[in-house]
Amino acid sequence: MDTAENVSAGSLYKKIGSLIFRGSQYPEKETGSLPSFITCKSCKRRSTKAAWAENYYVCPECGAYRPVSADYRLSLILDPGSRKDLDPGLRAQDPLDFPEYKDKVKKQELKTGLKEAAVTAVGRIEGQRVVVGILDSRFFMGSMSAAVGEKITRAVEYADKNHLPLILFSASGGARMQEGIYSLMQMAKTAAAVREFSEHGGLYISILTHPTTGGVTASFATLGDITLAEPQALIGFAGPRVIEQTIGRKLPKGFQRAEYLYEHGFVDAIVERKDLRETLAKLLLLHERK
Amino acid sequence: MIRQILEKTEELDRKIEALKELQKDEASHLVRHEAGERAEDSYDGEDAGPEEHLEQWKSCEKELKHLEKLKRDFLEQTGPLSAADHVVLARYAKRPHIEDFIDGLFTDFFEQRGDHLYDEDRSICGGIAMFHGTPVTVVGHRKGRTVEENVSCNFGMPCPEGYRKALRIMKEAEKFRRPIITFIDTPGAYPGMEAEEHGQGEAIARNLAEMSAFTVPVISIVTGEGNSGGALALSMANRLYMLQYAVYSILSPEGFASILWKDASRHEEACELMHMTAEDLVEAGVADGIIPEPLGGAQEDPEAVYAAIATELDSTLRAYRAMSPEAIRADRMKKFREIGRVSA
Repeated sequence: MDTAENVSAGSLYKKIGSLIFRGSQYPEKETGSLPSFITCKSCKRRSTKAAWAENYYVCPECGAYRPVSADYRLSLILDPGSRKDLDPGLRAQDPLDFPEYKDKVKKQELKTGLKEAAVTAVGRIEGQRVVVGILDSRFFMGSMSAAVGEKITRAVEYADKNHLPLILFSASGGARMQEGIYSLMQMAKTAAAVREFSEHGGLYISILTHPTTGGVTASFATLGDITLAEPQALIGFAGPRVIEQTIGRKLPKGFQRAEYLYEHGFVDAIVERKDLRETLAKLLLLHERK
Repeated sequence: MIRQILEKTEELDRKIEALKELQKDEASHLVRHEAGERAEDSYDGEDAGPEEHLEQWKSCEKELKHLEKLKRDFLEQTGPLSAADHVVLARYAKRPHIEDFIDGLFTDFFEQRGDHLYDEDRSICGGIAMFHGTPVTVVGHRKGRTVEENVSCNFGMPCPEGYRKALRIMKEAEKFRRPIITFIDTPGAYPGMEAEEHGQGEAIARNLAEMSAFTVPVISIVTGEGNSGGALALSMANRLYMLQYAVYSILSPEGFASILWKDASRHEEACELMHMTAEDLVEAGVADGIIPEPLGGAQEDPEAVYAAIATELDSTLRAYRAMSPEAIRADRMKKFREIGRVSA
């Protein structure tokens, strides 16, 4: 698969401009002979796109992780040509008739080329068939809409029915406010689906990426048999700002980061992006049903 | 709007209370006169005659009638309530709390404490009780009545230990095949540092997953405010009922406004957009019924509210008694699978 979202010709100039002058938040398509750099949000140093790409979009200078698209993640872990998308047509509804929501969804669609924040697919890792679901943080901060919950639930059900291991990458700002109670109910739906899958002996590997918060943390993301995290990822239920307001002081450095959760016993391993495919292949092998 | 009315009725309530005390005094004087005793607390040695006490008693009675009518008139002015009014009523401090519901609905309550792992979280109250001759497990949020209680219950905001305690208590119910009845009234899960360190997200997720698999019926009643995952973690139920003025939503209206508009002061506006009243929740398929409240809210006549809940519990429990354990579980799964179904 392609490593980046499609950029329409009209927005191309703007995109390149933002790459050069401000640094885009996400990896972009190679743009021919134009010089392209990405500035690291963490160390503020610039590296060429090629250098970033070679380094799995981890800053070649300081090692800070950049968020990446669902497509990129799939290309990174699946055997080439093995990806087959599940339920590609599912998209956000507007159950509360919420002001401006439809327009906002449309903008997210245009920006990302996605129909929703969740991308689910069946594919192979080192020849082993798996179901993979990914929340793409570029789309509405990966927030949980009814469609996202439905897509994740269907992926779990597909894995259950076909006796396949399940791998879910979480990245979410939490609930989709504009869908109100319907968004909240996705926590129940996805958690129930994972519970049933687990009871039938299914393997679920949960991978927590930046940021995993709110309703996603409090549902399927924390119910894995194996829980992995990307370095530096923010992982928590309440957001840091809310906690600071509640307790009335600053949070310690590194609070709610993957490394912190690892130390506090909520994560089995922190896996670097470059090692992920290999780690997953090993875990799948160790869980192979004889 | 409702806030002013509640302030007025509170003022009237205070007067009514004072008058009732006075009337009780007069009555006890009368009783003593009947018994032929002289009051010993009369300092001038000249006690008022029985007629005088009777007169006093009668004027108290008259004034009481007047005040009670005044209060009713006030309440009747209420008119249609906005969603923001519902939130005010749902959070009203005088509303019956979990202890009141337990006293009003059950007998032989045995409180179970602690998560038996690390801590006792007072913001969750749970135990075993008898309902019309059937043992049931009761779990709910506890907010506390006095300031000290509020603090010790963390204002009804559980930490992971609270959810783990609730799960332990509910699993015991599953083992002994007892129906589970939960009472929902929480501003949300506690957003504190230790709560995060101890796995707030995991604790809520675990409750959802485990509750989804219970083979005993789970019945939830939202009695006050049900906010976010903190409410959902106790309400993954076969049937969910809401008191008429209770609210259930993804987040507090303040939180909602601050996330959406970066301005928590627009919470009243948020209420209208959030679809959080009992009627909205029935429409969404989340709530299965509304339990009527007296004019002005449940605190005006708690006994009537308990009776209405008891009727609903009775018929719901009877319906589930006829179902097999697997059917009860499937019934709950189906409910949550269907809410807000998206198709493509």
